[in-house]
Amino acid sequence: METTLSQDLLKIGDKVLTSRLFLGTGKFSNNKLIPEVIKASGSQVVTVALRRVDPEHKEENIVEYIPKDCTLMPNTSGARTADEAVRIARLARAAGCGDWIKIEVISDNRHLLPDNIETIKATEILAAEGFVVLPYMSPDLMVAKRLAEAGAAAVMPLGAPIGTNRGLRTKELVRILIEEIPLPIIVDAGIGRPSEAAEAMEMGAAAVLVNTAVATAANPVVMAEAFGLAVAAGRKAFLAGPGAIQDYAVASSPLTGFLRE
Amino acid sequence: MSVYEELSNYRDLNFDKFFDQITDADIQRIIGKQRLTVLDYLALLSPRAEKHLEAMAQQAHRLTVQHFGHTMLLYTPLYLANYCVNQCVYCGFHAHNDIERKKLSQEQVIAEAEAIAATGLKHILILTGESRYHSSVAYIKECVQTLKNYFTSISIEVYPLNTDEYKELVEAGVDGVTMYQEVYDEEIYAELHPAGPKRDYRYRLDAPERACQAGMRTVNIGALLGLSDWRSEAFFTGVHADYLQNKYLDVEVSISPPRMRPHVGGFPPKVIVTDKNIVQYVLAFRLFMPRSGITLSTRESAKMRDNMVRLGITKMSAGSCTAVGGHAEKASVGQFEISDERDVADIAAMLYSQNYQPVYKDWQIW
Repeated sequence: METTLSQDLLKIGDKVLTSRLFLGTGKFSNNKLIPEVIKASGSQVVTVALRRVDPEHKEENIVEYIPKDCTLMPNTSGARTADEAVRIARLARAAGCGDWIKIEVISDNRHLLPDNIETIKATEILAAEGFVVLPYMSPDLMVAKRLAEAGAAAVMPLGAPIGTNRGLRTKELVRILIEEIPLPIIVDAGIGRPSEAAEAMEMGAAAVLVNTAVATAANPVVMAEAFGLAVAAGRKAFLAGPGAIQDYAVASSPLTGFLRE
Repeated sequence: MSVYEELSNYRDLNFDKFFDQITDADIQRIIGKQRLTVLDYLALLSPRAEKHLEAMAQQAHRLTVQHFGHTMLLYTPLYLANYCVNQCVYCGFHAHNDIERKKLSQEQVIAEAEAIAATGLKHILILTGESRYHSSVAYIKECVQTLKNYFTSISIEVYPLNTDEYKELVEAGVDGVTMYQEVYDEEIYAELHPAGPKRDYRYRLDAPERACQAGMRTVNIGALLGLSDWRSEAFFTGVHADYLQNKYLDVEVSISPPRMRPHVGGFPPKVIVTDKNIVQYVLAFRLFMPRSGITLSTRESAKMRDNMVRLGITKMSAGSCTAVGGHAEKASVGQFEISDERDVADIAAMLYSQNYQPVYKDWQIW
């Protein structure tokens, strides 16, 4: 078991990660908080909305606050169509943000639910261009299969609508993706508490992405640390192989044990 | 169905009678609801709801942080021209007002752009008076081409356009439209707009929808508060915003609650709208449309703006000047007097002091 744990690495694209907590950067009260939050969480992958990246304004450029040893995962937040997402991805690469891209295509401004069809289109185009594509999606098995076929490096189903902190409401659907899709399943959006992140990891999710839950906590740094611990604990529990769930109580000292003596 | 028909559903509503029937329990129940109806929104605009402003504020703050984080988008207006063919009695650009009329050359647009860009802002709102002759779509497009070298998001606040014209501007790089109906009450609208193309109530009312159809990313609407009863104007603005958001899910619909300010014309407000009224309007709207943007301009005082940061506002203008060419050179007469004269750095410092992050750039497509 010790061997299993020490070799428990998450491989996405050409990166090998030891932390399975991905962090978002969108809602902090000050970008200066970001390095401390990342450090406390142990996260190695950080997503930034390209729409907010401003290389000309050094003090306000969010990328300046992300440690160089972290993998930058620009996202296409704000894109309403596959075309817009593709354009943003290409801008991100041209701006020196690397090859990782989180596809976010949202054309529903009331609930911010992703447009799975446009997401597949963008994934096909960008994967063919050599991007490491991580699509954010509504959990749906057929869509996840199409994304895998299109060349996605991982699939990122939502746990609940973005920013709601409602937790793992899509649990049964995410469970099916974990069972059926031969790619890392990263639960993105909706996770509001460390316990919910742990639950996703216990189920077998490859990683969890969190933003609102940390950024809007009273103490974001401490909350980031809590998420880091919870994700690690959930992952360890998954690897440890939790015991079976029984419908009825099973005594640890059975009454009929003498029959086997 | 058009927005005119949607608004017509409520034109015969007896607001006073509706407000009389609202109870404290109704207000408390509505504040706790997940999704508000249009009439719930109206209830939150009632005199009865004034007793519940603190509870509304707590919920509005919670919802705003949840959806937008501790951030505030900053932008500034850039006036390209002040020629106007309308005779809006409340506006400094009234065609008959004796003010110096100007229109920026491309060199002057560059000078304005450089002055604004030096503050770090990437979002601008370009404005003109309502003169198709002096500020043609071609002229606006030319300015947009120039401004794209400095900014990543360009919105317009100009006369209402046809759908094709909005499309032309989208293709040129414009991503947002602000279009104030000024006053939703049709009779008062006719009184206040005695001459000029702006007299056409329906053409103006349908302009935000045409902008949505043309593919604009953001559409901002509002009533100019002080021209009619604020509660009904706030209500109709909300109905209009809700109509647009339901029909055009991909558009970011937002509102502004501008109050009348002193201007060269000297027309006094018909209705006094207090700070408390503005607060109630903003809170009620936030609870009604939790995902929508709410813009607070420099028409409001520094003190008012500082206090509104935590009450649902998501977008603020900064370093504003309402005169043509006013960012780069000595200002001529503006459209109205601004109230909060702080520059961008001051506003950013104020936001940081409140544990909020100023956002200078929040969109880029080219």
